[in-house]
Amino acid sequence: MATVTLDNITKRFGRDEVIKGVSLDVADGEFIVIVGPSGCGKSTLLRMVAGLETITSGDLRIGGVRANDREPMDRDIAMVFQNYALYPHMSVAQNMGYGLKIAGLPRAEIAAKVADAARLLQLTELLDRKPRQLSGGQRQRVAMGRAIVRAPSVFLFDEPLSNLDAKLRVQMRLEIRELQAKLGITALYVTHDQVEAMTMADRMIVMNAGRAEQIGTPLDVYERPATLFAAQFIGSPSMNVVNAEGRDGALHLGEAALPNSTGHAGPVKLGLRPEHLRPDPEGPITMQVQLAEPLGANTLLHGRLATGDSFTASLPGVHTAGQGSGALRLSVAAEHMHLFDAHSGARLG
Amino acid sequence: MAIQISGMVERRGAGLWLTHLAMIAGVLLIFFPIWLAFVASTVTQPEIVRPPMPLWPGDQFVENYTAALLSGVNVPVAVMLGNSLIMAVGIAVGKIIISLLSAFAIVYFRFPARNLFFWLIFLTLMLPVEVRIVPTYEVIAGFGMLNSYSGLIFPLIASATATFLFRQFFLTVPDELVEAARVDGARPMRFFWDIILPMSRTNIAALFVILFIYGWNQYLWPLLITTDPSMNTIVMGIKQMFPSGDDVANWPVIMATSILAMIPPVVVVISMQKLFIRGLVDSEK
Repeated sequence: MATVTLDNITKRFGRDEVIKGVSLDVADGEFIVIVGPSGCGKSTLLRMVAGLETITSGDLRIGGVRANDREPMDRDIAMVFQNYALYPHMSVAQNMGYGLKIAGLPRAEIAAKVADAARLLQLTELLDRKPRQLSGGQRQRVAMGRAIVRAPSVFLFDEPLSNLDAKLRVQMRLEIRELQAKLGITALYVTHDQVEAMTMADRMIVMNAGRAEQIGTPLDVYERPATLFAAQFIGSPSMNVVNAEGRDGALHLGEAALPNSTGHAGPVKLGLRPEHLRPDPEGPITMQVQLAEPLGANTLLHGRLATGDSFTASLPGVHTAGQGSGALRLSVAAEHMHLFDAHSGARLG
Repeated sequence: MAIQISGMVERRGAGLWLTHLAMIAGVLLIFFPIWLAFVASTVTQPEIVRPPMPLWPGDQFVENYTAALLSGVNVPVAVMLGNSLIMAVGIAVGKIIISLLSAFAIVYFRFPARNLFFWLIFLTLMLPVEVRIVPTYEVIAGFGMLNSYSGLIFPLIASATATFLFRQFFLTVPDELVEAARVDGARPMRFFWDIILPMSRTNIAALFVILFIYGWNQYLWPLLITTDPSMNTIVMGIKQMFPSGDDVANWPVIMATSILAMIPPVVVVISMQKLFIRGLVDSEK
């Protein structure tokens, strides 16, 4: 159990700067999810915390102590890898106990700790098996077990669920969260899946091209995205972004006019989440529906606005594309309109 | 329809017989000289030299093999077998240790001119023992290692082939495994010992078989550096048994020695066959 502090951390591979200064304070016992598209540097950031990559500049402190130059084994961390990285020739029990064995603990104590962890993860029956005799979900558990037997200060997860099928992923995501809460160990979790980020994080870091676009609680990021990138990355289906212009106290999208809560004048980007759109015969937004995807509880309607921008609406219940002329009028509440600077993408208001 | 199917089965049956027949013929063809050698090792000297050659074993099996093992021609065959065994095992084990360690260094450590060293090792593939035999002899003689096991073994230990093989295998070991071991606190040699070595065991077994036979079959090198008959290895020793000048060759004993020389490699291959095939075909990852 420890705090983790990243102070303006950067990473360079040759001349490429892949992490461009990330700062973060992680509280003791907090679950932090680092989310972003592939290539955004999220895994590199985690690996720098683990000590598997050197830090080009900036300070890393674990439990208040500078850890930049420490070997991974001296940082008091445990890591769960994407491919689990179980030792193929060792049994489950040996895999889990290997770190303790190296640390020189007596055999009886290792066996006891492994048995405890196995009970926690329902692996007791499998302790004598080899990794190749296990299913994906079981291997995932063993990798978790290997991390928890060492009772580290910090857990590091590098996309641990990406090799599992969808159903198992949902289940494991809950288990990981429960386990982390029960043990109260600080955790950093890397994923490209925004649903994982939303459901698991105490706070999340949305990363893009080596920068932290936004750091905040999931609902914070969802409700008040700090940048256009964060707005479009978080939420499914992703946010509609259209060009608009602030003029005469209103926002104009082609013919349509919407209330302008920020009073900002000039060209802006307007973000509207599909699920915040409501069908309204008097609504200001008119959409030509081209395709309907009924999901049961709601329906995704894809189409275009009069301005030519593609647009998606998520409406409750079942709708079909062929209704009437295919034109659908929509309205949106003022608090659900997100305005971003047309050039920098930063949030306005 | 039913007739057609039975026809197909019949045809396949005939094919099966044919292939087996061809294979049996092939085996017989290859086995025949060995059979002749065995027959020759169980008869008396006059029986061999009088045509036609006998095709069925005689009654001298025990006598000939006892004579070969205990007295031989220059030196008892038992001594030569022992020498060969020490040399072959020494070369195989030495080659495996050296090439495991050098492949480990080349794959897992970043040191200056790492690639240069790899290619230097790789280049020696093009220089077999025969090419560098004169300078090697010079060096071994200078160290006073003529007529010794170290002289037989050391010059043949360095192996580019095995280093290359292990390098290729290590490259297939996922990086995450190395990282997991680092997080677990394993220092490099610990990682080598606990993870890399057990994972390479099928490869090691396969290589052991190949290298044991390579060592066992060495002819030119032992011929050069052993002048003392008690240091002869069996493969070169057979040739030494041939008489010079007008002496009469003791063919039954020579043939018994040849048969004895074949046994250890066969035993090694058969006893390690399973591991050997697994090592060549699949790798556990």
